[in-house]
Amino acid sequence: MDYKSNKAWLYLLPAIAFLAVFMVYPLIDVFIYSFEEGYNSASQTSFGIGAYNYSYVLHDPYFMQALKNTFLLVIITVPLSTALALVISLALSSITKLKELFQTVYFLPYVTNTLAVGLVFMVLFQKTAYSDGMINMMINFFGGESVDFIDGPYWAKMFVLCLYTIWIVMPFKILLLTSALASVRQDYYNAAKVDGTSRFRIFWRITLPMISPTIFYLVITGFIGAFKAYSDAVALFGTDLNAAGMNTIVGYVYDMLYGDSGGYPSYASAAAIILFAIVLTITTINLLVSKKHVHY
Amino acid sequence: MKIVLDHLTKRYPSLKKGGPDVYAVNDFTFEIPDGKLIGLLGPSGCGKSTCLNLICGLTRATSGKIIFGDDDVTDLPPEVRGVGMVFQNYALYPHLTVRQNIMFPLENLKGKDKMTKEAMMAKAEEAAGLVQINELMDRKPSELSGGQQQRVAIARALVKTPRVLLLDEPLSNLDARLRLQTREEIRRIQTETKVTTIFVTHDQEEAMSISDYIFVMKSGVIQQIGKPQEVYDDPVNLFVAKFLGTPQINVFDGEVNNGKLYIGGEAVLPMPGVQSQPVHVGIRPEGFILDEKGPLCCDFRALEVMGRDISVVSGHKNCQNVAIRSIIDADNKVDTSSPTVRFSLKPHKVFIFNKETEERIRV
Repeated sequence: MDYKSNKAWLYLLPAIAFLAVFMVYPLIDVFIYSFEEGYNSASQTSFGIGAYNYSYVLHDPYFMQALKNTFLLVIITVPLSTALALVISLALSSITKLKELFQTVYFLPYVTNTLAVGLVFMVLFQKTAYSDGMINMMINFFGGESVDFIDGPYWAKMFVLCLYTIWIVMPFKILLLTSALASVRQDYYNAAKVDGTSRFRIFWRITLPMISPTIFYLVITGFIGAFKAYSDAVALFGTDLNAAGMNTIVGYVYDMLYGDSGGYPSYASAAAIILFAIVLTITTINLLVSKKHVHY
Repeated sequence: MKIVLDHLTKRYPSLKKGGPDVYAVNDFTFEIPDGKLIGLLGPSGCGKSTCLNLICGLTRATSGKIIFGDDDVTDLPPEVRGVGMVFQNYALYPHLTVRQNIMFPLENLKGKDKMTKEAMMAKAEEAAGLVQINELMDRKPSELSGGQQQRVAIARALVKTPRVLLLDEPLSNLDARLRLQTREEIRRIQTETKVTTIFVTHDQEEAMSISDYIFVMKSGVIQQIGKPQEVYDDPVNLFVAKFLGTPQINVFDGEVNNGKLYIGGEAVLPMPGVQSQPVHVGIRPEGFILDEKGPLCCDFRALEVMGRDISVVSGHKNCQNVAIRSIIDADNKVDTSSPTVRFSLKPHKVFIFNKETEERIRV
């Protein structure tokens, strides 16, 4: 190793050290925990090595509920929020008046605290002694029956959670997509216009391929983000998510560690590793698909 | 097909509030004959690209008419005008192959014009053949050199056999050698297809070398129209005289007095019939004759030998240029030890212009 690369390693050392201690070591530790059966955190002992933790987690109805919730959340919110953000970005980039105002308005949720947004959603959806919530008032106005969105049927709760998630993740997507749209050179549109290309075809054949790297980035980070959802559910349904039937995988991991049923780092680790495997698989599939459709 | 512009005007509102409107194209009235190559020439920001966009249909005219052949196309969108356009940065779609790029305009055709895939392929091959890029058809634009991209852009513009081909600064993104080659290429393609072609450039050499006619523009106003050599030999004003020719024309502060042209107290040429007045005197670099008894005395500075001819660099207190450049035959012997150099002038290479209006004063 020559002098120059020694120096480079020296510069990298602080970052590597931090990553090793706070990222790599815990990762390995989690992996080990997940295979240690009957681990006791007080005595730091275990009965042995095996796959029992995984079997327990996979047979735990709470985990299966969390898994179902998470998958539903991912499948509904990622495509919907990306498509909606694209539509809004397209609209934003085609207006000239009040453009900055609307851009700011659409970006506001991004800088708003998750729990504060949760409070707003409470006003919209929660039934209290005094009112049924704004949405129910509207439903009533149009002659519908009140629905309990917070403690009511599963679909209603899922609807609120999805709406909330979409609302939270949209600003960032709109921000990236508007700048991606703005970076497509006007020349391409002019060239297309000279050739009499229809608006639909311009969008499909020019705009979309040009911004495909950004869309792809948003889909991948969207998937990962939605799989790791937890705080959104807490903001809406409180900390006892299992009782509400609205737990997510990350929520399950947290409960296993610190919740009322907590104190089981092995189960938590196994659940975390399962989540990791799912995210890894989905991201790999995403990458493979993108090779065909993304134009850099 | 001939193109007629009739009082064509494009006005933009001022950027500053209450300021005067900006005329990017001001009252253009001229006719472009069928099948000719036209060079639209002017400094940056003079409105030549706006003019091209107006003819193309990307920009709507404020007033005036654009007529292609017998059709008034002023209010028609670009696609029905039958124009092909090559953009300055080529605007090739980076995610499509060369073939897909060239076929793109054909795929837009609807109704009775709709073509089969095979017909489109054949048409694309034909256009590619014209610009000699058949072996590059399956590459992406990023895998091509600048010159090749330029050819693809031209092929894409030609594939629909347009009535008019428009080129916006077609050579500005190429290196010097390629520029020379490409401009001949453009000339060849134009001659082969006989399509009426307008190209925009700020490089006078480019415009003069390949155009049938050049249109010189300045701040939205056409200054002069003509065959390149005619415009060079007979500029209507100081701007045109300065804009055409390399090295630039040498401009002096001079005076006409009693039918004689004076530069710095020396009578250099007879100017019979011209009113006595102060003038700008423009002398082309090739208008100087090395002459020991010549009337124009300049301070000798340097000699630039260029093989075929030599360029004498000198100074004169009445000269507006930084240096006077005179190009003389290499057979001449220049006495480099002398502090001064004397010239006599070729009358047809000397133009005089009104001091205020800078309009040519004809002798």
